[in-house]
Amino acid sequence: MRVVVGQGSCGVATGARKTSAEFERLIAEAGLDVTVEKTGCIGNCYLEPIVDVYDGDKLLSRYVQIQPEKAADIVERHLKGGEVVSEYAISEADERFLTGQRRIVLRNAGVINPESIEAYMATGGYKAIEKALKEMSPEDVIAEMKVSGLRGRGGAGFPTWFKWDAARKNRGDMKYIVCNADEGDPGAFMDRAVLEGDPHSMLEGMIIGGYAMGASEGVIYVRAEYPLAIHRLELAIDQAREKGFLGNDLFGSGFSFDIRIKAGAGAFVCGEETALIASLEGERGMPRLKPPFPAEKGFWQKPTNINNVESFANVPWIILNGGEAFGAIGTAQSKGTKVFALAGKIKKGGLVEVPMGLPLRDVIYGIGDGIKNDKAFKAVQMGGPSGGCIPASLIDTPVDYENITKTGAIVGSGGMIVMDETTCMVDMARYFLDFTRKESCGKCAYCRVGTKRMLEILERITAGEGQDGDIELLVELAEKIKDGSMCGLGQTAPNPVLTTIRYFRDEYEDHIYRKKCTAHSCKPLLTFTITEDCKGCTLCAKNCPTDAISGERRELHVIDQEKCIKCGKCEESCKFAAILRD
Amino acid sequence: MCENCDCKQGDGAGFAALDPVLEKYGKVPGSLITILQKTQDIYGYLSVDAINHISGRTGVKPAKIYGVATFYTQFRLKPIGKNLIMLCKGTACHVNGADMIEEAISEFLGVGDGETTEDGLFTLNNVACLGCCSLAPVMMVKSAEGEETFGNLTKDKVKAVLAEIRQREQEAAV
Repeated sequence: MRVVVGQGSCGVATGARKTSAEFERLIAEAGLDVTVEKTGCIGNCYLEPIVDVYDGDKLLSRYVQIQPEKAADIVERHLKGGEVVSEYAISEADERFLTGQRRIVLRNAGVINPESIEAYMATGGYKAIEKALKEMSPEDVIAEMKVSGLRGRGGAGFPTWFKWDAARKNRGDMKYIVCNADEGDPGAFMDRAVLEGDPHSMLEGMIIGGYAMGASEGVIYVRAEYPLAIHRLELAIDQAREKGFLGNDLFGSGFSFDIRIKAGAGAFVCGEETALIASLEGERGMPRLKPPFPAEKGFWQKPTNINNVESFANVPWIILNGGEAFGAIGTAQSKGTKVFALAGKIKKGGLVEVPMGLPLRDVIYGIGDGIKNDKAFKAVQMGGPSGGCIPASLIDTPVDYENITKTGAIVGSGGMIVMDETTCMVDMARYFLDFTRKESCGKCAYCRVGTKRMLEILERITAGEGQDGDIELLVELAEKIKDGSMCGLGQTAPNPVLTTIRYFRDEYEDHIYRKKCTAHSCKPLLTFTITEDCKGCTLCAKNCPTDAISGERRELHVIDQEKCIKCGKCEESCKFAAILRD
Repeated sequence: MCENCDCKQGDGAGFAALDPVLEKYGKVPGSLITILQKTQDIYGYLSVDAINHISGRTGVKPAKIYGVATFYTQFRLKPIGKNLIMLCKGTACHVNGADMIEEAISEFLGVGDGETTEDGLFTLNNVACLGCCSLAPVMMVKSAEGEETFGNLTKDKVKAVLAEIRQREQEAAV
């Protein structure tokens, strides 16, 4: 038997390493013939640490939220006694989280040991590169990709075959293929899960891409904030070299290819191709004008192609199963599946891979099981700082490139942040502008100064100092920034503001004209009062930093609104929920 | 040793630990960011002396190194405390109350974003996203012993975590 403990970053954060160590200790102590192994993130992040018990390849039982102290029960009753410990086993409702999905990119994540190349090969791994090198010409590979209809999963949604073809057609003594693993969108962790859970699938896709475009070197530009992903990638590259999947004359085809890792240093703008290349060259990550496109002049002025992690992870599956099989999934314009990072005010957050075209409702309610604490669903943010907020009224929108773009948001890299009635949309817009303002590289004046000006206006509105004309000024600035910026960062930075104004204009107006935040989130706009539920325990008065609360013991207390600084300390300290925020 | 001033540019004193890094990457084009990352790994931050030393060995002008170091959020120009608190300010954490957690940390430690406590035990850094969005709000604490991630934070929980670290450090100091 095998005990497999999920050890992606989420699992580790909830204590999976301690759980794993405890299993090892108990099993050694009992002298059982059971191995303890690790796997990546299966996606049900809200249930970590997750422990699977296998007999060979057969999954006997999946246990969830297994803190170290629960290990003893499983060892005693299941490993020794052969009985399923039903109180720890995953519930049917939680299993739906997985059964509602269609997994291609995440086919191995949470199933195989990501640190073992043998485990990947046992699932058909590196068969695709063998097939490509032995049976297909580079043109055949590109043709197959064209049939598949795969579009870039990093955000722009550009057809992958087209990029490869352009890079192939450009002549050069040296060509590069780059993997953009600098997952910069706050609220997105799809690529991290692939790198941590199934690094070989990404490597294999990259080797195939290298063959198709005629590159001899691959570079993975990965976030320095993902230490576990870097560690597993390093291991995977070493293993692939050892097995002869990287190096000279692969499979006797004459094609030579190697991959190295370059750790990024934290700059959102490096998601832009030309900025990423500047960063690879050790410079400040500033974008430049295109053309020339990277396919002509990229890394060290050589033809370069950049794809995202998820795009690459799709490639081996496409080569093995055929472009047509991939194209059969999804919609007419958006083929295949897409991985989303479902987070925010959602009951069951985690990684979700679904066919393109599935309605948002099915993702949020069908798989994610709805809103935390059964509050009202207000909006879902897609595409991170370049995207927008889709309101509840559009919840039946199919998730594909065209339909999401119509709403003003973008599919982007796959962040899906769910918001409920307590999330203030003006504050969300302020949050994203604060982010893009900090991340603007400063090259274009509209992006550098414009985002700052927009942020100042949004800060004023959320502080209760909004003025008549602010909304119009925001829209005007937004349009000018879009027109006046060279790269994608500036061109999309105003999107969160524009979509929130489009769908939640009333909230902006409430802030500006009525000085109210209907989500009760912007503190300067709140009024704290004490209700009849007050027992007169005096705790709030003791905690008030400005002595604004008065009242005798066992009697109703009162807040002096003149003195109140709206810090919310009274609300936090009250044990009787007697503080009302309005 | 640089002849023109007393900046000690090119004087290797105190940077012996950096030698293997500079030997490996010093003359490889495009390696500046890698060199700076390894320097920060060793010394915890990029001092003016370190920048001058790297400049002397690689031939890259100090101004350019400074330009690269200030462009990327990963690089620090000031020393940090023994425990680096990386508080996630990603979208999911923001929606789930990361600002409240920052308030609690600031209250407990008396420092704001980018600052270090007087006893040198903690530095607070807000970061864009740690990628553990399902556990929001999240923070990662990095120390010589490694890094540990804490999820589903509340004001009380974050204070308890910090109190525990502080106590451990104080006991170790005795």
